[in-house]
Amino acid sequence: MNRTARLCATAAIAILGLAIVGLTVGDYPVAARTAIATAIWDRGGEFDFVINSLRFPRVVVAVLAGICLAASGLLFQTLIDNPLVSPDIIGIDTGAATAAVANLAIGLDVRLLPFAAFAGALTAALLIFALSWRGGFSGGRLVLVGIGINALLSAVITYMLVRFPVERVSAAARWQAGTLSASSWDDARTMALVLVVLLPVALLLVRRLRIMQLGGETAVALGMRLERNRVAVITTGCGLAAVVVAAVGPLGFVALLVPHVARSLAGPITVGVLFLTALLGAFMLLSADLVAQRLFAPTVLPAGVVTAAMGGPYLLLVLRRFNRAV
Amino acid sequence: MLLGKPYNHSVMFSSPRFRAQSMRQHALGLPIVFSLLVVVILLSLRFGALRIDTGTVANAIWDYDRSDHRQIVVRELRLPRTAMGILAGACFAVAGALTQGVTRNPLGAPGILGINAGAAFAVVTAIYSGGITNPAGYVWFAFIGALGATVLVYVVASAGSGGATPIKLALAGAVISALLGSWTAALLLLDLETLDQARFWLAGSISGRGTEEAVLLFPIIAAALLLALFMGRQVNALSLGDEVAKGLGQRISITRTVAGVCVIALAGAAVALAGPAAFIGLAVPHIVRSVVGPDYRWIILYSALLGPCLLLGADIIGRVIVSPEELQVGIVSAALGAPFLVYLVRNTKMTEL
Repeated sequence: MNRTARLCATAAIAILGLAIVGLTVGDYPVAARTAIATAIWDRGGEFDFVINSLRFPRVVVAVLAGICLAASGLLFQTLIDNPLVSPDIIGIDTGAATAAVANLAIGLDVRLLPFAAFAGALTAALLIFALSWRGGFSGGRLVLVGIGINALLSAVITYMLVRFPVERVSAAARWQAGTLSASSWDDARTMALVLVVLLPVALLLVRRLRIMQLGGETAVALGMRLERNRVAVITTGCGLAAVVVAAVGPLGFVALLVPHVARSLAGPITVGVLFLTALLGAFMLLSADLVAQRLFAPTVLPAGVVTAAMGGPYLLLVLRRFNRAV
Repeated sequence: MLLGKPYNHSVMFSSPRFRAQSMRQHALGLPIVFSLLVVVILLSLRFGALRIDTGTVANAIWDYDRSDHRQIVVRELRLPRTAMGILAGACFAVAGALTQGVTRNPLGAPGILGINAGAAFAVVTAIYSGGITNPAGYVWFAFIGALGATVLVYVVASAGSGGATPIKLALAGAVISALLGSWTAALLLLDLETLDQARFWLAGSISGRGTEEAVLLFPIIAAALLLALFMGRQVNALSLGDEVAKGLGQRISITRTVAGVCVIALAGAAVALAGPAAFIGLAVPHIVRSVVGPDYRWIILYSALLGPCLLLGADIIGRVIVSPEELQVGIVSAALGAPFLVYLVRNTKMTEL
């Protein structure tokens, strides 16, 4: 068993442990044995609602969202070869947030929100691609256009935050921080569906990304259709990010940070590293959500606040490693 | 690779004939930008909820008549606001130009070094704990917050060997911004009143800001601007890469430290005065570079002139477009600057780094 596989196994076990903790702790503590039984083979009973309607879907959503975000971040960072790139930085999250904040600020039905957010993310992504396409893609152009669009959409959000009554604005601000509190089985199902389609695609793309990392000219010389593969990577990364934002809001930092951790543990991208990244993403989001729930209980913080706060020390660690390397 | 590669235009500095020619062209551009600035200042004094003709504006400045309410508007509201816009615009733009040169990152902007996040965090904390009672209070909290965050970013980035290299600075800045941003978000979510009060500051605006504080900050701003204008040659060398800069006999760490101090002072003061309207710091140097080329002696100078134009222009549009209400300058400048940036990205070689 090589190092990456060992790391993956460790991460998987840690996730399982955290998931069990997630099922047991809360305002109504449930014994681990009962919690697992209720969730898996002994449905119904005293804790059915708490476990199967509140905690279990939340845990599953955290795991799936973590996987999506981290994988998306790894794809973007490898493609663009910039450690600071992630879907939240190039404007995809902001697109979703703009639509969602508009939804909340104008006072439309809350049930429309995931659809609005997804549409917003896709629109932003399409806009960024369309504007950065000039007979081909360049990573640098994509990032700069993304930052421009990001700034523009942020301005729209700020405008809405200033313009509308503070009660509605507050709901929008809360959503914008990213929260798993309202997770449902529907969210989990959507994400699982997207993962089933996009994760294999991502795995297929890993080999091509490795070739692309050698540089555009080398890749072409090796017989690669560069543009087509770039488009594939970007579409996959966007899809993964958009589905998460639609379900739980723009959870910052997971997509930016986890790929760093994975790479510093296991080296440049391989299928194993992609798996490790996905698992670490799930681990990070799951633990962040637990902290968010319990730290100031009964007040529940948005998970996004915790991922960002957790992210700091993590990334400082990465930075230390980096400092030694550079 | 986006980070760590210089704008590679070293060839351009080599030909003496080219240099003389471009010098002349660049010098000729100065009066144009300068008159643009004058026009924008005049418009800023004239337009708003109340339109005021040029004669009254002139009277308000040189022949002040306290009984004319239009002159009072010019003197008491629009003059300070315009002055604030000029200062903040120049500061943001020059700080952005220096950051881009020193970090060799096209995304380099004061915001990347944690300045906005630090200022926002300090202001929101102060509002939350009831420390701010008047608008002037924002200035000092924002300034201190911006200073603190940036110093922290520098300290973190300097750890380890090699000192504060561009990529380490960018990473450290991203980390600390995200950290402070999350705390700010938490505070805003905990208390509705804080959110209500802070959201207007967070949008960025130059109206009704503390004039006295601006006067106190002015010496710092002036000194930093002056220093920045004379740093063009050093930044040029740095922007070609550490190796080249060393080869040219530069002491990189000194240049970087001085530039860093300048950026902190300029961006800190600008955020304190205008709120986090820092998109100007990112956009203006790119706009300038697309016209005057890669020479930082000119980029810094033109940024200092064009920054105020963009900020004041945005402010005027914000006043007129939803009159009698107002749009905050941070919103308008981003809405204007972003399409422009996208246009530049599409139509210049700037992205081929």
